[in-house]
Amino acid sequence: MKMKTLAAMALAGALATGPAMAELVMPDLSYRTGPYAAGGTPFSDGYQDYLNLLNARDGGIGGESIRIVECETGYNTEKGVECYESTKGEGALIYQPLSTGITYQLIPKATADGIPIHTMGYGRTSAANGEVFNWVFNYPANYWDAASVAINYLLDENGGDLNGKKIALVYHNSAYGKEPIRTLEELSSMHGFELSQLAVDHPGQEQKSQWLQIRRERPDYVLMWGWGVMNQVAVQEAANINFPMENFIGNWWAGAEHDVTPAGAAANGYKSLNMNRVQDYPVLEEIKTLVHDAGNAAGDGSNIGKVLYVRGMYAAMLAAEAIAKAQDIHGTAAVTPAMVRDGMEALEITNARMTELGMEGIGPEFSVSCQNHGGAGQGLVQQWNAADGVWEPLTDFIAPDASVIAPLIAEDSAAFAAESGITPGCL
Amino acid sequence: MFYREAGDFKTSYEADSQTFPIAFDRYRYWAVLAIAFLVIPFVINDYWVNAIFVPFLIYAIAAIGLNILTGYCGQVSLGTGGFMAVGAYACYKLMTGFPDVSIVIHIILAGGITAAVGAAFGLPSLRIKGFYLAVATLAAQFFLVWLFNKVSWFYNYSASGQINAPERFVAGVAVTGPNTAPWAQYMICLVFLTVCALLARNLTRGTIGRSWMAIRDMDIAAEIIGVNPLKAKLTAFAVSSFFIGISGALFFAVYLGAVEVGEAFGIQKSFLVLFMIIIGGLGSIFGSFAGAAFLVVLPVALKVIGVDWLDWPTDLVAHLQLVIVGALIMFFLIKEPHGLAQLWRVTKEKLRLWPFPY
Repeated sequence: MKMKTLAAMALAGALATGPAMAELVMPDLSYRTGPYAAGGTPFSDGYQDYLNLLNARDGGIGGESIRIVECETGYNTEKGVECYESTKGEGALIYQPLSTGITYQLIPKATADGIPIHTMGYGRTSAANGEVFNWVFNYPANYWDAASVAINYLLDENGGDLNGKKIALVYHNSAYGKEPIRTLEELSSMHGFELSQLAVDHPGQEQKSQWLQIRRERPDYVLMWGWGVMNQVAVQEAANINFPMENFIGNWWAGAEHDVTPAGAAANGYKSLNMNRVQDYPVLEEIKTLVHDAGNAAGDGSNIGKVLYVRGMYAAMLAAEAIAKAQDIHGTAAVTPAMVRDGMEALEITNARMTELGMEGIGPEFSVSCQNHGGAGQGLVQQWNAADGVWEPLTDFIAPDASVIAPLIAEDSAAFAAESGITPGCL
Repeated sequence: MFYREAGDFKTSYEADSQTFPIAFDRYRYWAVLAIAFLVIPFVINDYWVNAIFVPFLIYAIAAIGLNILTGYCGQVSLGTGGFMAVGAYACYKLMTGFPDVSIVIHIILAGGITAAVGAAFGLPSLRIKGFYLAVATLAAQFFLVWLFNKVSWFYNYSASGQINAPERFVAGVAVTGPNTAPWAQYMICLVFLTVCALLARNLTRGTIGRSWMAIRDMDIAAEIIGVNPLKAKLTAFAVSSFFIGISGALFFAVYLGAVEVGEAFGIQKSFLVLFMIIIGGLGSIFGSFAGAAFLVVLPVALKVIGVDWLDWPTDLVAHLQLVIVGALIMFFLIKEPHGLAQLWRVTKEKLRLWPFPY
């Protein structure tokens, strides 16, 4: 009987928050709890703060105000599905779940419901093929780009030759961590380096055996596909076995302040990729004055300017630009999810536009098309300076090796199309 | 006044030994079934199906399965998540290997495969009991998750290690895949749950159920009076795993559609189902339903109250949820160690005397 009363209460709650028409509804599937909260919190703060800035400064996008609907997923797929179902009824325009696992759940659902998904630098890599994945976008870069960028950087370091080198991949034992393996295997046979794979199970606090193996095998470089608490543990373990930090490279989800600060000075020299440059952007000042000082900061407001905060802000900017583009194409301010999809497919990000928005050089220039939902695929390499507590960019944006990635994307997306009975084509 | 035997005359042995001997109870049971089959499918929407009903129905099957093993046969198991994974991966391999065979047959076969695996992991129960057996089943949990992560044959060599449920139909209606109508998702789970619950209820009332309970209450005494512990324990493991396998297959194919073994079938899942039967009531089919409903609905209800009504920050609500669920588990263990099922029994007893209690 208890169940029935609770269910009735839940029903009343679901009905109480009915759809409101004249708003742009932006769901934020965030996670501020659990072992991945350290990464989820700053990203969500940046995402919300930028949208709140648009509300405060421009009255929304194209005169239409934005309503953020936050839903806590805890990086858990079941809760992610619940969040998707509960927010989609409110007229959600675009989903950014910040979780590869949840993305895999949402791809078929959102495709059937006609709501676009933007998985920036995560999710299913082969979604870059827009003819198969009409509703899924992963610009400006994906995991296979990241793998290729990391190898290109190492090639550059070694005078273009990695022959006979040993590279170890420490990865989160999930869809997220397994994504780059195929590309790295391809690259290993192409450049002649030896790849060893070390899986770390969720949530990643147990890595003693993996790092003992690294100490025994003495690889020249260690690449890491980590997230959440796993990164901090890995950096600490690498320091414990005296692994040279400058030969330890994380991907762009393993390169934020909270990943390296627990290890203190020992983390000095640790490198990671990044898909967005972190510097003092004028837009951060505006967020401070118009959002934080007005008391509308998401979270506690302490994350402003951090690596993942800037990335969340970048994600919000790309979404807002796509919505503006959609309003432009369809000549209406009250856009639907289908219109937003058109806007995303016609999106073009130029240096001039980024400067105009107060975030000069935050990402590479790129444009999206029906065939290519993946963007430019570029990433830069940054290094941690423990004394000053800052990430210093070492390189400019490095391009991935498209000749390796394009056939892999074509192959994987063709397999998906065959499996789910999709005829590739533009909408 | 309610639940009274008075005036309810039985004229045959069958009538006397039926599942619900009290007429009022029987009508209530038919009414619940009628609402579940004839009303809910017509009013249900996407949100209700995916947030409450389908998880509830699937967890109820898993809870019945674990209740047979732990509640009726007294063998503690922490391997539920692993056995659900066996069901899910068996279902996936069957679905992709034999696309022309009906999904219903695949789900039942997945249950059968899980029963075989469960019986194999049940062998140690003949030698060890209690905490030691719990540790042995914990090993099954970790081994199975590791296996499905390690051997890529299980996920058809996909790059990400995810398994995705292709679209399958029952009588021309899609029941898996993204285009499934909410009522179809609900109905297939409901049919499986109804059949499983009927099966479990009747098994536990018969010879085999009595031998399980004899083993639970005192295994040495049971052996002396002629209960074969090998047969009783292994059948409990097999039957329990069969139900858990079915719930795992439905969890993957109908509910989530895409699954990653470590995330979906980790040790947390084992604990969740164990909490369900502890809160619901060990050794009770109704308790399995009540426990599953409680742990599925409670987080959603707390979220609706905290986030949608009171407008609190989502992280605060998520943390409070852990505190409240934990506190409630402790409260129930102290105040009602026999779970929600016992509360229901007491209520029935009170209703019987109402309005003139003595």
